Amino acid sequence: MAELHFELVTPERLIRSEDVYMVVVPGTEGDFGVLAGHAPLMSVIRNGELAIYSSPTNVTARIHVEGGFAEVNERGLTVLAERATEAA
Amino acid sequence: MASLKALKLRIGSVKSTQKITKAMKMVAAAKLRRAQEAAEAGRPYAERLAEVMSSLAGKVTVGPQSPRLLAGTGEDRVHLLVVATSERGLAGAFNTNIVRAARKKAEELVAQGKQVKFYLIGKKGRAVIQRIFPGKIVHQVDQSHIKNVSFGDALEVAQDITRRFEAGEFDVAHLFYAKFQSALVQIPTEQQIIPVSIPTAGSVAPAAGTAAAVEYEPGEEEILAALLPRNIAVQLFRAMLENAASEQGSRMTAMDNATRNAGDMINRLTIQYNRTRQAAITTELVEIISGAEAL
Repeated sequence: MAELHFELVTPERLIRSEDVYMVVVPGTEGDFGVLAGHAPLMSVIRNGELAIYSSPTNVTARIHVEGGFAEVNERGLTVLAERATEAA
Repeated sequence: MASLKALKLRIGSVKSTQKITKAMKMVAAAKLRRAQEAAEAGRPYAERLAEVMSSLAGKVTVGPQSPRLLAGTGEDRVHLLVVATSERGLAGAFNTNIVRAARKKAEELVAQGKQVKFYLIGKKGRAVIQRIFPGKIVHQVDQSHIKNVSFGDALEVAQDITRRFEAGEFDVAHLFYAKFQSALVQIPTEQQIIPVSIPTAGSVAPAAGTAAAVEYEPGEEEILAALLPRNIAVQLFRAMLENAASEQGSRMTAMDNATRNAGDMINRLTIQYNRTRQAAITTELVEIISGAEAL
């Protein structure tokens, strides 16, 4: 199974840049999961929780994000958020 | 010739000045590293955002209905100059250079019959601008309580500027700050922030090709509308970070020079002090000898 390259960036720093199985992003029109090979997409995100999956059943991290947008292209998923706080 | 006592005092005072400038240099050097790291950490976001902006802007045709932040007000009469300076002085030519760049631009605009207004971030540019363009300062952002600039601070300023734009206070906004290149070189930079100048498509051509099938959620227009104000905040934030690094770099260089100057001065004064002391001793000896001979 190909891995999805995921980057989470805030204006202050690059928070994450790693290969993961899946990321569930809180879009303004509903949450959506991004796996490797996802079609190009751009979405505004709402304030909410972003979940990172290392395998189909295993959530490795949940990050609270505020204001921003997500972009999926052939290189992977990039989430630009104004604020991001990692939930324990 | 100055008396021995006066010289001694003078040397003492220069020495303590040197101590201060030296300490300031060290502090600036330490702060510079942190500011530089912050400026670098902020780069990926700005780059990504610029990419997204340009790929989006290629999709949306600029028309009368498009967001005013992108299309402008359709006029070009009132210009707002956002001048970012520091809150503290003693940083060499740092503030002077930024203000000079802003002033040149303002004079050009005035010569073209345009109206200028100033929006200041940081207090150091105020005195000069107030003198040359009295009554043109619309607002000044006080940052003296802020230690490290956060994105929230930039956002507040951006929102205020956007609000003024929407209220029709100005048509075009320019931003002035010093781009950090190295501790020795800081380049005063001008950048147009409203209407948004879209990065040229050439640099992002490969991305644009694949973007043909991109799905937008909610819609391109909505995304762009959400993006534009954010873009201004990001530009401002970047300018503030660059400025912070430049300020420390400039201060470090200035204080290094000051320390060296003080050192030179101490040497000169010490030589003068020694000569004066020897002259005094010689005079005393001559007096004693001639007194003894007279007996």
